[in-house]
Amino acid sequence: MAEIQSYTMNFGPQHPAAHGVLRLVLEIEGEVIQKADPHIGLLHRATEKLAESKPYSQSIGYMDRLDYVSMMCNEHAYVMAIEKLLGIEVPERAQYIRVMFDEITRILNHLMWLGAHGLDIGAMTMFLYCFREREDLMDCYEAVSGTRMHATYYRPGGVYRDLPDSMPKYQESRFRNEQELKRMNAAREGSVLDFIEAFTDRFPGCVDEYETLLTDNRIWKQRTVNIGVVTPDRAKQLGFSGPMLRGSGVEWDLRKKQPYDVYDRLDFDIPVGVNGDCYDRYLVRIEELRQSNRIIRQCVDWLRDNPGPVIADDHKITPPRRVEMKDDMESLIHHFKLFTEGYCVPEGEAYAAVEHPKGEFGIYMISDGANKPYRVKIRAPGFAHLSAMSEMVQGHMLADVVAVIGTQDIVFGEVDR
Amino acid sequence: MSERYETLAARIEERFGEQMRRVPSSCGELTYELDKEDLHDIATALRNEADFGFEMLMDVCGVDYLGYGSDEWNTNDATDSGFSRGVEREPVILDESDEFDARRFAVVYHLLSLQHNQRLRLRVFTGVSNPPIMTSVVDIWNGANWFEREAFDLYGILFEGHPDLRRILTDYGFIGHPFRKDFPLIGNVEVRYDADQGRVIYQPVSIEPRTLVPRVIREDNRYSADLKDQVDG
Repeated sequence: MAEIQSYTMNFGPQHPAAHGVLRLVLEIEGEVIQKADPHIGLLHRATEKLAESKPYSQSIGYMDRLDYVSMMCNEHAYVMAIEKLLGIEVPERAQYIRVMFDEITRILNHLMWLGAHGLDIGAMTMFLYCFREREDLMDCYEAVSGTRMHATYYRPGGVYRDLPDSMPKYQESRFRNEQELKRMNAAREGSVLDFIEAFTDRFPGCVDEYETLLTDNRIWKQRTVNIGVVTPDRAKQLGFSGPMLRGSGVEWDLRKKQPYDVYDRLDFDIPVGVNGDCYDRYLVRIEELRQSNRIIRQCVDWLRDNPGPVIADDHKITPPRRVEMKDDMESLIHHFKLFTEGYCVPEGEAYAAVEHPKGEFGIYMISDGANKPYRVKIRAPGFAHLSAMSEMVQGHMLADVVAVIGTQDIVFGEVDR
Repeated sequence: MSERYETLAARIEERFGEQMRRVPSSCGELTYELDKEDLHDIATALRNEADFGFEMLMDVCGVDYLGYGSDEWNTNDATDSGFSRGVEREPVILDESDEFDARRFAVVYHLLSLQHNQRLRLRVFTGVSNPPIMTSVVDIWNGANWFEREAFDLYGILFEGHPDLRRILTDYGFIGHPFRKDFPLIGNVEVRYDADQGRVIYQPVSIEPRTLVPRVIREDNRYSADLKDQVDG
């Protein structure tokens, strides 16, 4: 049999380590990668075109489904773009609620990433630990919006409703006795804010647990240190953002540099890596978990003391209250117009970017004055990161491809859109 | 518009003069239009010169301006087909004409300068050629590679000098450019498994296009410039 020097291997699209539907065509020499050619688009749903065919507020739900592990951050960029075009102010309380849920979302995303990344390169236990805490945060989503994932909670002008006074509780069933039920519901007796506060007390200890398992773990380090190194210059050249950029040592975070909502009033730090390898990016994200926890705590304290409106009082854009609609003709008309035709947005264009857990998530919106956007372009961070895949895996072993996919925090909902 | 952006605008006007034309913007953002012949030189200067320092290209996107500013709500007579009644649907014309309107296709670039903490938007129209052609900026910002492939895939804009211009998001063997405004939302073909042939086959779409909410443009006086001044003043 002739000796084969280099050959082409197909990876995915159905592969548990591909984080969704990624098809990689790898050129391999022995076990060393020469070139990787990612084929994407298997999850392409034409979100942008769909958004162009619907009134503005009917596309918020599509945003949840882009990066489906950090739902509310996607919504945030979308509603910010509309607000920019309309030029409306968001009530302060709504801004705090948004920031709080952005950070809850960041923790949700990083926990998902940590669990899946760990699972990919051999740390199976991580997955279980991370999903334990994710469950609590999903319940916060459920408490405010009624759903655990695709919330559609942010609206142009604020958020859909104020934080409720009660948490959803576990129900009695034949699988758990009364004592167990009491223990599970212990943190859920008070309001949502009480529940979130209890979480912020508990969470730093949980992060310590994750770190005990990984940070000094010899196997973890062997799999991540010096893998997928990106220099600061290359990171900028390739359009990286978020932890991928900060892992390479570039100090850049939109929450600090171009603050939106109330981030400029909150106290938090931006972690920055040194070597730009998978391990540094891991450390950056772990520290972001702790910083997000700090931000959430500050928001909880502020929200407790400052009741107020959570959505702008402009019924051309936001729906009137249900009670008003019952006996006020004008409110009824507003409501009807809003949910059939929607509102017309003045002609213009806007780019709104948020510091999404994965990087800079931007919405570029062109309006020609109609009730539907003329063009919506979604700038997904994962798209830019994945395009650097070939460069990052060159010269590494086949098994390191999985580590690089993990460290890029790829989610196909946003890459393929 | 903040002071920093005015400074940047002044610098740009001083350096490039007539080559870059400022587009009025309401959202505190800086937008310039330029000719595609100038794009490569200006992009290089914007990236490399210390005054500008736009070392990052955040986004490249295609835009199709066909039907910009037109609505579709001309109700003449009511039918039983719901909201679609007022919408006049024109047959899909494949772009076989030799020339496009000069302001039909544009490529929009979003630049970011980390050192000066500034953003800049460039809009370049492709001109009349069919297919639309643009100069690639991959050699200036390597990250543009996939973004340009995407614009090619969705709008059919060819990028001269791109190292590897292939479709990226659509299916292998896809025909047409789906984000053009004359491409129907429901598509042209659908796939299904054919039990007789034992394989997946393509066939023309079997569903009717529908409009749930018609596109309308309404003059809203609250946003008119004169009134805004009165309220502020």
